Amino acid sequence: MSIFLLITTLVLVLTLLAGLYRAAIGPSLEDRLTSVLLLGTGGVALLFILAAVTGSSALIDVALVLALLAAVASAAMTRQEQGHD
Amino acid sequence: MINVLAGLFLVAGVCFFAAGSIGLLRLPELHSRLHALTKADNLGLGLIAIGVALTLGSAVITLKLFLIWLLVLMASAASANLIASHALQQSGPAEHTDQPESQP
Repeated sequence: MSIFLLITTLVLVLTLLAGLYRAAIGPSLEDRLTSVLLLGTGGVALLFILAAVTGSSALIDVALVLALLAAVASAAMTRQEQGHD
Repeated sequence: MINVLAGLFLVAGVCFFAAGSIGLLRLPELHSRLHALTKADNLGLGLIAIGVALTLGSAVITLKLFLIWLLVLMASAASANLIASHALQQSGPAEHTDQPESQP
């Protein structure tokens, strides 16, 4: 079971490389912000599977913090250029 | 038995997640990429959460996983809305640039 979960983790990490490609290629700021969104959701999925592999539920709290940080990061980046507060 | 079911949910979740990420690579425009991110990826995350909940098997952890999935759903919806409205203000309404409209 652990081998299967680790293979799933590897496939997820390869999927997250798609986000890095979009961050490099994407022709505007908003395309690069979508890669932030993908890394946030993908990081949460990765931490869920790692919590199942190691059996420790502390990684689920780390996933919560990562989800909040990804949302706040894209909110901050879209507000910055408008000049509002 | 529980492990086989959890494995099926995990494989399905990773497949949906990969489909959403391939959509991020291949779709031609920002707004369609946002669709792929907020729908397919969150569905894959939900299926992965069900698989992990079946593996770990504690009621408190299952509730926590479900609530974190709801939070990721709402956060990615809000983020996608902010990104799309920022793109609207930067460059105006999106135009159809690629496909001709004569396809029935």
